[in-house]
Amino acid sequence: MHTETQETKISLFMSEAGSQGKKVRIYFDGQPLDVPDDVSVASALLMSGVRTFRSTPVSGSARAPYCMMGVCFECLVEIDGRPSRQSCLTQVRDGMLIQRQEGASGLNMQSAEN
Amino acid sequence: MSSNETVVVVGGGLVGAAIAYGVARSGGPVTLLDQGDVAHRASRGNFGLVWLQSKGAGFPRYARWSRDAVDHWGPLASELRELTGVDVDLQQSGGFWIGFSEKEVVEREAMLAKINADGRTSFEMLDHQALKARLPAIGPKVAGGSWCPLDGHANPLKLLYALHAGIKALGGRICSGVDVGEVRSLGGGRGFQAKSSDGRRWSGTKIVLAAGLSNNALAPQLGLHAPVLPKRGQVLITERLKKFLPHPTNKARQTAEGTVQLGFSAEDVGLDDGTTVEAIESIAKRSVATFPILSSVKLVRAWGSLRVLTPDGSPVYQESAQYPGAFTATSHSGVSLAGSHAYEIAPWIAGVKPAPDGIGEFAGERFLDPNRKFSNAY
Amino acid sequence: MATGVELFDLVVIGAGPAGLSAAIEARRFGLSVAVLDEQRRVGGQIYRAIEESSPRRREVLGPDYAAGTKLAQDFASCGAVHVGGAAVWNVARDKTVSYLLDGGSKKIQGRCLVLASGAMERPFPVPGWTLPGVMGAGAAQILYKSSGAVPTEPVVLAGCGPLLFLLAQQYLDAGVKIKALIHTTGTGDYLRAASHVLGALRGWKDLSKGSQMLKKIRSHGVQTFAGASAFAIEGAEKAESITFTHNGQRKRVQASLVLLHQGVVPNTQLSWSLRAEHRWDEQQLCWIPVTDACGQIEETGIYIAGDSRGIVGAKASASQGRLAGLAIARQLQAISPEKFKALEPAILEEIRAHTQIRPFLDTLYRPQDAHRIPTDDEVTVCRCEEVKAGQIKKYVEVGCLGPNQTKAFGRCGMGPCQGRLCGLTVTEIIASERKVSPQEVGYYRIRPPIKPITLGELASFG
Repeated sequence: MHTETQETKISLFMSEAGSQGKKVRIYFDGQPLDVPDDVSVASALLMSGVRTFRSTPVSGSARAPYCMMGVCFECLVEIDGRPSRQSCLTQVRDGMLIQRQEGASGLNMQSAEN
Repeated sequence: MSSNETVVVVGGGLVGAAIAYGVARSGGPVTLLDQGDVAHRASRGNFGLVWLQSKGAGFPRYARWSRDAVDHWGPLASELRELTGVDVDLQQSGGFWIGFSEKEVVEREAMLAKINADGRTSFEMLDHQALKARLPAIGPKVAGGSWCPLDGHANPLKLLYALHAGIKALGGRICSGVDVGEVRSLGGGRGFQAKSSDGRRWSGTKIVLAAGLSNNALAPQLGLHAPVLPKRGQVLITERLKKFLPHPTNKARQTAEGTVQLGFSAEDVGLDDGTTVEAIESIAKRSVATFPILSSVKLVRAWGSLRVLTPDGSPVYQESAQYPGAFTATSHSGVSLAGSHAYEIAPWIAGVKPAPDGIGEFAGERFLDPNRKFSNAY
Repeated sequence: MATGVELFDLVVIGAGPAGLSAAIEARRFGLSVAVLDEQRRVGGQIYRAIEESSPRRREVLGPDYAAGTKLAQDFASCGAVHVGGAAVWNVARDKTVSYLLDGGSKKIQGRCLVLASGAMERPFPVPGWTLPGVMGAGAAQILYKSSGAVPTEPVVLAGCGPLLFLLAQQYLDAGVKIKALIHTTGTGDYLRAASHVLGALRGWKDLSKGSQMLKKIRSHGVQTFAGASAFAIEGAEKAESITFTHNGQRKRVQASLVLLHQGVVPNTQLSWSLRAEHRWDEQQLCWIPVTDACGQIEETGIYIAGDSRGIVGAKASASQGRLAGLAIARQLQAISPEKFKALEPAILEEIRAHTQIRPFLDTLYRPQDAHRIPTDDEVTVCRCEEVKAGQIKKYVEVGCLGPNQTKAFGRCGMGPCQGRLCGLTVTEIIASERKVSPQEVGYYRIRPPIKPITLGELASFG
């Protein structure tokens, strides 16, 4: 049905059996992940064994997606250098760089060029 | 219901609560009457600056009043923390005003020099380079600024909570959900009475009207002239951010939680505390011009609040000549002046200390002087 | 792209059944229509990803989901403008809508508006609900609809409500193993719901659908705990198990993925931000915006349709959308009052028929008091700012009368979600502590931006 890789062993979700389709490569905390090309970042990470997406600014507690529809703001990660993005509302893109969000958003000195 | 000695304070915002706290601290019984969840609550709109520079240009007593308030703040913050456990996040290590044109900066310097005639309000003018050395995040469009080492900021909502908790801790009474529409003298030395819209009554030897915009209806009932007008300010607040702004500026400050508060508008729109897209965009533009790194930062909330503004933007503190024992107190700088309200106004009202010198200059009759010019720019 | 404000006869916010139906109806009468939605594709949540769905997925999700296909097709051919990926951040009473699209802030204005933001899952404030590995059942359903993702390990479903059982059935059809179905519905609920059974019988199609679901779940031998209560999720840094009371005993089921659900509630951010009046509905335990029969707020020309006006389900949402479209056509004089009067009754009858079963369902699947108003002071109520139930109770003790004052006492409701996941809980806790109705306590003052927008994006307009 599906190959049991190290990732699917700890992944909470996986693609349903028989699903084919194009893949893209994204990076999470530097680790390359090959994921379906038409899913949200949150879905992609959940299907790739990512269990925690961020730590909270208040207490540093680990959090992961809760609502998958953009109302809970738990799925926040840094995407391509921009902090605090709702990963359930962002589609994956080949080469995308994603970082776990630790605490409050950092400021991107680069965006001063904006 | 209440002992004969009681001071009744109408209005539980920053001004009323600081005064009630000071009265309780003086040892006297005090009852604070507050509207509750539906109040206009100017306190919620206060930007949180503990500000000195630029206060009282053209009104030396007010400049001195603001200067003394700075000295009162530290003791107030410590005392509240001791008493209630609440830390109001006071930081008094200086603040910046930011200017976007040479003309603005030159005018600013002239004004600050006038205020500093007595040498107690030192300041420094900074050109773009000098400012950038102090605030590296400053953007290229900023022309320069002024720095006052005595400026600072605090958390207005925590201050309000701490004052309420402090009043209770010192044995004062707070009645919430009270909408006072009528105040009167009981005559024959029997004191005063406040009546709420649902018919309840509170009496006391003395009464203080600190009800913000509602003072317009209440002050005349006790022979006091203290007109106030609402001036809407819209404010933005961002998501929590890692620390980048070590000192407050006049229109941007980073709170203890890491959120950045950005301001602000000054609009005459009556009692409308809503927001407008125009003001939000305008504040955002200014914020990004001041600190370009804020460009990628998320706005989480915008709100409008009604400042309680006297015709000249300076406070009114007055005992009624017609009804001695009745007082009015109003100022839009409820955070900056909190210490003076607690340590100078309150003991005067409670009768344990003489009136602050020159208090007559804050009387409301000054607005009736045909020779006096004023505007409520602030 | 123009930097000014685009003007349409009708601007619809939300591309679910209500929004799409309103658009289709208004287009029938020649009105110009734009539909905005945060998702790139139409369907809202209930018909999420309907246009890209494979036959296999439509089969698993069932005929109610597949019904969205026709709606999506009708919309695609009706001539309305669809703006996908648009995050609406402000709606003004003059019917100007500000939204974020591709990194820029834009404005659009309608002579009328339809707000069709649908519903969201009710918060489920129990110990451990903030742990990674705890998600809504609706969230898991969205994962399947939009990504074809299914749980890797046998999953726990816990709570109450039709969606919980629907997901169980869908998972079984997809070959997913369910470790346990722990639901709160018990004898008391059935007895109370019995008084609404006539309405339920008139909605017999929905009723029989429900009983088919339960039969299937039973026939698969899914371990089911009915009449369960007092949920708590345990785990150090992630969910490890769920404990609950069942038949008077405390039980534990181990699971890394716990799907919670206790019904859906209207998404009222937009209606509150417009300062529309809302009334607390004791049957649905949520806030319902006050509107006329066609969904209009006061005389604003702003209409609300679908689940964001009160939970009515997909079919009734579509009918409400049609009704709003029709009323707007009359308001904008695209049809005569007589024509409106002739067409209105049929739609009202549809709505009536599709909502027959609601009182029965609302009563049968009423979320438990302890799962809405935590008894454990340590439960996190405000997830964003990590404010606990005990802290909120203390605020009330110290004189806090309503949710807006809580912001002076602490940071409750001040985080990114702006009260979406804590608002109902906070209102109910304060009401419970003060011993007054939620109506009297009120709700958070909702302010823009309705969705976060960056300062750079705001500064870019004009």
